[in-house]
Amino acid sequence: MRDRETQERYGPDVSRRSFLKGSGVAVAATAIATAAEEALAQDKKAASAASSSKAQDVELTINGEVHKLKLEPRVTLLDAIRNDCHLTGCKEVCTTKNCGACTVMIDGKAVYACTRLAIAEQGKKITTVEALSAGGKVDPVIPCFIKHDATQCGYCTPGFVVATRAFLNEHPKATLEEIQKGLGGNLCRCGTYDGVAKCALELAKGGA
Amino acid sequence: MAEERKFGWGPRKDNVLIGKSIQRIDGFEKVSGKAQYTADINTPGTLYAKLLTCTHAHAKLKKLDVEPAKKIPGVRAVYIFPAGDLKAEGAGEIFWDGTLIAAVAADRPEIAEDGVKAIIAEYEVLDHIVDEEDLKAAEAKGATKAVGKNAKGKVEDALKTAKHVHKGYYGVHTISHMCLEPHGTHCEWKADEVLDIHASTQNVSGLAGQFAGPLGIDAAKVLVTANFEGGGFGSKFAADEWGIAAAKMAKETGKPVKLMLDRATELKAAGTRPSGYIDVTLGADETGKIVAWDSHHWGSGGISGGSIPVGGIPYVFDFENRSRTATQLNCNVGPTRAWRAPPHPQLCILTHCAIDDLAMKMGKDSYDVFLTNLEQTAGTAAHLPETYKAEMEIAAKLIGWKEKWHPHGKDAGKGAVKRGLGMALHTWGGGAGGCACNVKIHADGSVESFVGSQDIGTGTRTVIAITLAETFGLPLTAIKVNLGSNQYPASAASGGSITVGGVSGAHRRAAQTALWKIFDLVAAKYKVDAGTLAAKEGSIVSGDKKVCTWKQASMLLGPMGLETKGEGPAEDGLTSSRVGGVQMADVSVDSETGIVRINKYVAVQDCGLIIDELTAKSQIYGAVIMGIAYALSEERVMDKKTGRYINADLQNYKLPRIGDIGEIVVNIYQPDSEYSRGVIGLGEPPVISPGAAISNAVANALGVRVPVVPLTPQRVLAALSKSKGGAA
Repeated sequence: MRDRETQERYGPDVSRRSFLKGSGVAVAATAIATAAEEALAQDKKAASAASSSKAQDVELTINGEVHKLKLEPRVTLLDAIRNDCHLTGCKEVCTTKNCGACTVMIDGKAVYACTRLAIAEQGKKITTVEALSAGGKVDPVIPCFIKHDATQCGYCTPGFVVATRAFLNEHPKATLEEIQKGLGGNLCRCGTYDGVAKCALELAKGGA
Repeated sequence: MAEERKFGWGPRKDNVLIGKSIQRIDGFEKVSGKAQYTADINTPGTLYAKLLTCTHAHAKLKKLDVEPAKKIPGVRAVYIFPAGDLKAEGAGEIFWDGTLIAAVAADRPEIAEDGVKAIIAEYEVLDHIVDEEDLKAAEAKGATKAVGKNAKGKVEDALKTAKHVHKGYYGVHTISHMCLEPHGTHCEWKADEVLDIHASTQNVSGLAGQFAGPLGIDAAKVLVTANFEGGGFGSKFAADEWGIAAAKMAKETGKPVKLMLDRATELKAAGTRPSGYIDVTLGADETGKIVAWDSHHWGSGGISGGSIPVGGIPYVFDFENRSRTATQLNCNVGPTRAWRAPPHPQLCILTHCAIDDLAMKMGKDSYDVFLTNLEQTAGTAAHLPETYKAEMEIAAKLIGWKEKWHPHGKDAGKGAVKRGLGMALHTWGGGAGGCACNVKIHADGSVESFVGSQDIGTGTRTVIAITLAETFGLPLTAIKVNLGSNQYPASAASGGSITVGGVSGAHRRAAQTALWKIFDLVAAKYKVDAGTLAAKEGSIVSGDKKVCTWKQASMLLGPMGLETKGEGPAEDGLTSSRVGGVQMADVSVDSETGIVRINKYVAVQDCGLIIDELTAKSQIYGAVIMGIAYALSEERVMDKKTGRYINADLQNYKLPRIGDIGEIVVNIYQPDSEYSRGVIGLGEPPVISPGAAISNAVANALGVRVPVVPLTPQRVLAALSKSKGGAA
């Protein structure tokens, strides 16, 4: 039995579910730029909705489309988007809001979908990377990433693209230093940072 | 005519695409999020699998009860791994934290987690050893094994007569691969017992047999697909026990099963780069020429070996009088896998930090000491001394070595922040890997390639498309590349920088073979000499005269079109091997906080003929950033008391972010003499030098060596404290 408890604290996914319940303080304390806007109020709302553990009706508005789902309150926004809405551009990598591979926009702000509960994001405008090339309209961030080869294996890339779009919306004339801070919430293992920075800088200079 | 028909690359000046900066052809899919990785495959009815692992470093499994998991609604299968199978002979002993015990497949991931939580596992905890650095402690526990010793010349005599002698200790801790897409598969059984696998793999053509054996089916019944792969770095060549588990659970349930490792298990179980530590004495004559080397290195690759072998030390150089010994520590830590350029980054740190300290002892410029000893790299390859010399000159100019260098510890600045320069050099083979491909030219002139290789982010698709487009005189958009399936001609696993050489050589051969056939048809039809024909800008031309369009030429192939096979590698000059590479770092070290910042980092790299300069440069940028990671922040931290890998998550496993890398300058050394060598792989070499180059720059800044990489603030401060007579 001792080992099961250990598994809960140190184990992989088990820990993140329990972590979510008490993540308010951690959210406030995080220094990661992309998560800076995470609000305690959202967690409180999530906690109250999550008081029943049974699957219930959840409506998510993603890229302008309403998805009617039946989810347990503990299901993360990321799992709902990927597994239930079949939008797989955002990725699951860390599950602890460190890497940004799961970045989506909620009401225009970049957030980590891995540590939000789907049930708490009802009624909000959720935008995933898929929206940035939908309906024949391609966001300028996308060709600029390709131009600067800001992708290698590509697994972190969609998260970086969404973070870049959200950042440039708020900082259309950003300097390199601001870009380095503003995109510091995303991790890449292949080492594409040079291309990402060049892309963001070019868009900031040219008017994103 | 026939004698002109030799495989080869065209004159460099005639190239339209080869050697230019070309955007990758799958860039849009990757950047837009449309690329489907294994983790993204969700065919209808897919079950999600989660894992129970043992978090003890050494234990005996006494009881495993999976029945409570099976009773949970929505749980469809529970699989017990060999380590959890108490019925198997000799089973039950666990040797490292992260060992897989059981997997649960369920309708939803959260239900699978419930299943994992419900499993009852009881252990008897046993004694463990996880300190890979403490050789004496490991010896006292009987956890060491000699893995080699050899010597040449008269080491003792040479050290006695050497003008300068330096004795030092250096090391590099274990790191994990940290693939962002974890290892895993999606397994689905189709009609006629065919197993349809999506795998996050570097080894599309080599996986079928690895699944077929344990599953008791024919390899011919295993389909493997990997259209995109989210990082491998040498760790994704195998089916792995979790792959077999997914296939078996899929069989048992009659549903597709997706099993991707969770982050902690990815770090603990799916591969690490072994640690290395060295005690070394080396000596030089009055000119700075190193005349003697005497070393003993050790480290751990886990409980059953895999530590750094005895060969390869000293790195790149070899000295007339040289003795080396290697010892393996059998620690209770997760197993190793090939990590990008194995084990060169460690060899480079263990060797080039010692050479730099010898330079400090001599009061000489490190650049001059490396330069003086370049002749002693000729044993690795005869051309290397000249390549290194040319690359050192370029790198020195780019970083401003002559203007900025100061003797070790003699930064003229008065503040706490000290600046320094360091360098290192490296080598790698990178010869072309085995590759077979089919190139198909349709009657309408469109071109397709089929190859059982994979694009792990290096640009394989783009390199193939460029090779074919250049050969046929077509735009890139006219080429369709099909790879990532074992239904295509077999190609080697992507590891060791062998892929670009492999696929470009094979495709050039297939394309030239096809083109010669087309030239013969065109010659007959249009009454021209086939020997004068060339394919340019969508046409077949004879000298300056356009004979016909590519489409008209293709129609001559008849309704079936033309399919040609390309193979390799071959000794025809299209590819070769063995590169050098020089890197220099300019760092600032805060002697009060211990924080190291990269100001500028210069990487000069040769790699023969470049197919795509844009993706080639990306490999170098990426390698340098991975190097900065293991030089400054990244390491597996094992807790000595509990034996656990305590930072197996992205919160505490520290990787650099976009603002942590400084200015990186990439320079590809590519005179015509490099072009004429043909294609050589590039992925590994530039990741080798950063550890040593950055450590040497820190030593130059402080005048004190921080012996073990990564150079965390804590280690920097400890080294400074020790140098002042304080506690380390």
